[in-house]
Amino acid sequence: MSVTEEIVKVIPRNISVIRQGSDKVFRGILIAGGLAAFVLLSGIFGYLAISAAPVLKAFGLEFFTGSSWYAGDGLLPSEGSMDPPTFGLAPMLWGSLLIAIIAVVIAIPMAIGIALAATYFLPKKIAFAFTIFVDLVAAIPSIVFGLWGFFVLMPHGALWAKWLNTHLGFIPFFKVEFEGFEQSPFMAGIVLAIMITPIIAAVSREIFSSVPPELITGAQALGASRWTMIRNVVLPFSKSGITGGAMLGLGRALGETIAVFFVLQLFFDDINWVRILESTGGSVASLIVSRFGEAQPLEISALFGAGLALFLITLATNALATTIVSTTNRTKK
Amino acid sequence: MSRLLSDTPTQPWKIVDPEYRIQQLVTHLGTPLLALLFTVVSPMSGFSGFTVTWFIFHTISAGLLAKYGKKKKSFANAFLEVFVGATIFVFVSFVATVLWPVISNGMAGVTHLNLIFQDAAKVGADTSLNKGGLGHAIVGTIIMVGIATLISVPIGILAALYVTEVRGKLTPFVRFFVQAMSGVPSIVAGLFIYSALIVSGILQYSGFAGALALSILMLPTVARTAEEILRLIPDDLRTAALALGGTQWRTVRMVVLPAAKSGLITSAILGIARVAGETAPLLLTAFGNNVLNLNPFSDSMSALPSYVFTQFLLGGDNDVKRAWFATFVLLVAISILFTAARIVADRMKRN
Amino acid sequence: MSSEDFEFIANTNNAMHAKDINVWFGDRQVLANVNLEFPKNTVTALIGPSGCGKSTFIRTLNRMHELIPSAKLAGHVMLDNEDIYAAHVDPVDVRLKVGMVFQKPNPFPSMSIGDNVLAGLKLAKRKVDNADFILEDSLRKAGLWDEVKDRLKTSAGALSGGQQQRLCIARSLVLKPDVLLMDEPCSALDPGSTRRIEETIKELAEDVTIVIVTHNMQQALRVSDYTAFFLSEDGRPGQVVENGLTHDIFHNPQDQRTDDYVHGRFG
Repeated sequence: MSVTEEIVKVIPRNISVIRQGSDKVFRGILIAGGLAAFVLLSGIFGYLAISAAPVLKAFGLEFFTGSSWYAGDGLLPSEGSMDPPTFGLAPMLWGSLLIAIIAVVIAIPMAIGIALAATYFLPKKIAFAFTIFVDLVAAIPSIVFGLWGFFVLMPHGALWAKWLNTHLGFIPFFKVEFEGFEQSPFMAGIVLAIMITPIIAAVSREIFSSVPPELITGAQALGASRWTMIRNVVLPFSKSGITGGAMLGLGRALGETIAVFFVLQLFFDDINWVRILESTGGSVASLIVSRFGEAQPLEISALFGAGLALFLITLATNALATTIVSTTNRTKK
Repeated sequence: MSRLLSDTPTQPWKIVDPEYRIQQLVTHLGTPLLALLFTVVSPMSGFSGFTVTWFIFHTISAGLLAKYGKKKKSFANAFLEVFVGATIFVFVSFVATVLWPVISNGMAGVTHLNLIFQDAAKVGADTSLNKGGLGHAIVGTIIMVGIATLISVPIGILAALYVTEVRGKLTPFVRFFVQAMSGVPSIVAGLFIYSALIVSGILQYSGFAGALALSILMLPTVARTAEEILRLIPDDLRTAALALGGTQWRTVRMVVLPAAKSGLITSAILGIARVAGETAPLLLTAFGNNVLNLNPFSDSMSALPSYVFTQFLLGGDNDVKRAWFATFVLLVAISILFTAARIVADRMKRN
Repeated sequence: MSSEDFEFIANTNNAMHAKDINVWFGDRQVLANVNLEFPKNTVTALIGPSGCGKSTFIRTLNRMHELIPSAKLAGHVMLDNEDIYAAHVDPVDVRLKVGMVFQKPNPFPSMSIGDNVLAGLKLAKRKVDNADFILEDSLRKAGLWDEVKDRLKTSAGALSGGQQQRLCIARSLVLKPDVLLMDEPCSALDPGSTRRIEETIKELAEDVTIVIVTHNMQQALRVSDYTAFFLSEDGRPGQVVENGLTHDIFHNPQDQRTDDYVHGRFG
């Protein structure tokens, strides 16, 4: 057919867009603003790496796998040290991960319950007020949670911990090697759990409310009860979104400093793998803030190394979480 | 027709069987009473004992009701309600115990106006609460958060505008890094400023260094909320302005930004609320000070959160009292900011 | 043949002339070989079923089309003996000469009625000393002056849909365009408002050349001098099946498909 042949022949022309001077400047500024986050992140990585270089060079991988934190005389053996320092971050790295995992394990059911309540159980107006309340909790400064952990939670929590240890001590998690229940990973985990619950709840709530209404009415028309509807429609739909929210919470918990500082006893000489009730924990962020004030230059460099590790771990967690949340949002919409 | 008109409308699905209502009342009121009784007479004691027993009793009674009660349900369905109720109860009561000590201890300081208006230059462990105060920390917080706002709000809005207006090839890249930046631990932001500006001798410990650390934490919050707001502005308006021969710059300035104004204010307030309570980065950058320092470029500066931190570490009776009061002031300020942000945002949504 | 050396002896009676317009979104071609002339001070209606490319076409006439990132184009649009897609032409200048009214009324919510009408001047950064006169003149031409003259300072959001649409027409008249494009301007309005706008269109034709996209055959018959019938068959790009005097298209169509469409047998 002649018409189709003719169509094939035509090729698009190049259209040059002339922009006025003001628009060129405007777009340039916007691009600069858009790239600010990237530039800052690179800057953070660069400066932390440079500042950590002396210690990383001296200790190599041992810095991340070793277990000790001893400032010594602040000189390296090559500099003629009489009392050489050793820096091994492993107990702190694992400790950070352990308390963050405890926090997420406690926070996930709580956050799901809260998000379900706000979406399906509470009356509209109460749900609205409750949502504001939960969001407000997310804005409470971490130092307030630190004080709460120290003054309110610790006395009670020590009793719970003791009870768990006495009655369930045969489980490896609840064993202790010496009695001291106050400043344990368990305690830090509870404080962090309360802090990240609003974050996970907010993400879950958003995912729940994005469940297509036709799926819900469809299930209801088939005679589903609230439980079967949530079990068979809402939760499967939201699974990966909640996972993403939990990862965001994990990232936040890994990086939390001040709240953990008040409720966790740092122990440098060995990794405490599972004894969560014992007052021997680790936290990279808390390490930095507790040692920074009196540190010699070499130890400062080690603290920068700790900061670098923390930065990379949280960045990876957050990037993974973002990818999960955004892909679910995209496929579900 | 006349009969139709005389019918009064009803909502038959809202009428509840009285017998069912009694059963509900018994479960919801009876179980906590029973749990309370149980906590008094048994070794399960205190708030935690009460919560656990209540949860167990409630689950049992809900299960019994589901099986034998007026409105039969599956046990899972009944348990779900108990579970959701329990999460609300636990969360709310935990948060209540977080807020209560701040309020009760903080109120003790409200009668001492000097606490707000004076600094801590001559305060020692034994100084009475009638002398000295935390005015220097309040002012320090205002200065540092103010500077951080001036830096990060414009940059954050620019980043958001890039995503919503330019929509260039870099858009996914920009969004990804803004999101990634929101996960930067606050202590790392402090370390970065310390290493980049203080170690290198560009700045000393100062309010400005603190403000820069805060603005790193504030930027992603502002950028993300501003982007959400700008997305709400209908594309119709942009097209209309362009069709009138507006350049992109004038379209944004005269149409998009005015329409988004209150939302952008919300994003700024949320950014402020995000950083006003930050402690860790300030310890590394602004350090802290006992006296009022109005110059952000020279000498260290105190802020409310870092003041609280150092006061608690001092540990004296009056030190701790002052710290509680500072916490109270901080919490009140953040609640006010947060409520304001909600109100402005709500007004924006209604328009 | 590059766009720069495209030479075309224009019919001076034409306000605008679209020549060999082809449009793509990505790899999908949506318009093929559209040739249409728009004589000065006339109203041309573009009709056709949904998805036939009429809205796309009208957007190529003032370079709004290129705001969609994947859009591509071949062909020429002549305005004042110049191709508006020529390399040295600023799209902003084109839009000043070719105004546009959209399907949904879109007054600027943050501005008052008066500011909305004059927004074009500010957006185009034009200084005038007779703003009050222009304001009244444009509102009168759009048939809205009597209804809003006492509340020029109030928000445009309080106006009815029909009033908002006439406000948008007034807004595009302020810049004194040669051509006014209207993309289904009445589809979101009630019959009363629609009639008011149709009256406005007829009065406006004394000053400007109007191109209007419409789904409403009766509207095309009522307001237009010329009509072009667009059709896209079996997923092929949209083309102009027939164009000419409105009377001929409706009462004496040459193509069977036009006949079927204007008599409501499909579409």
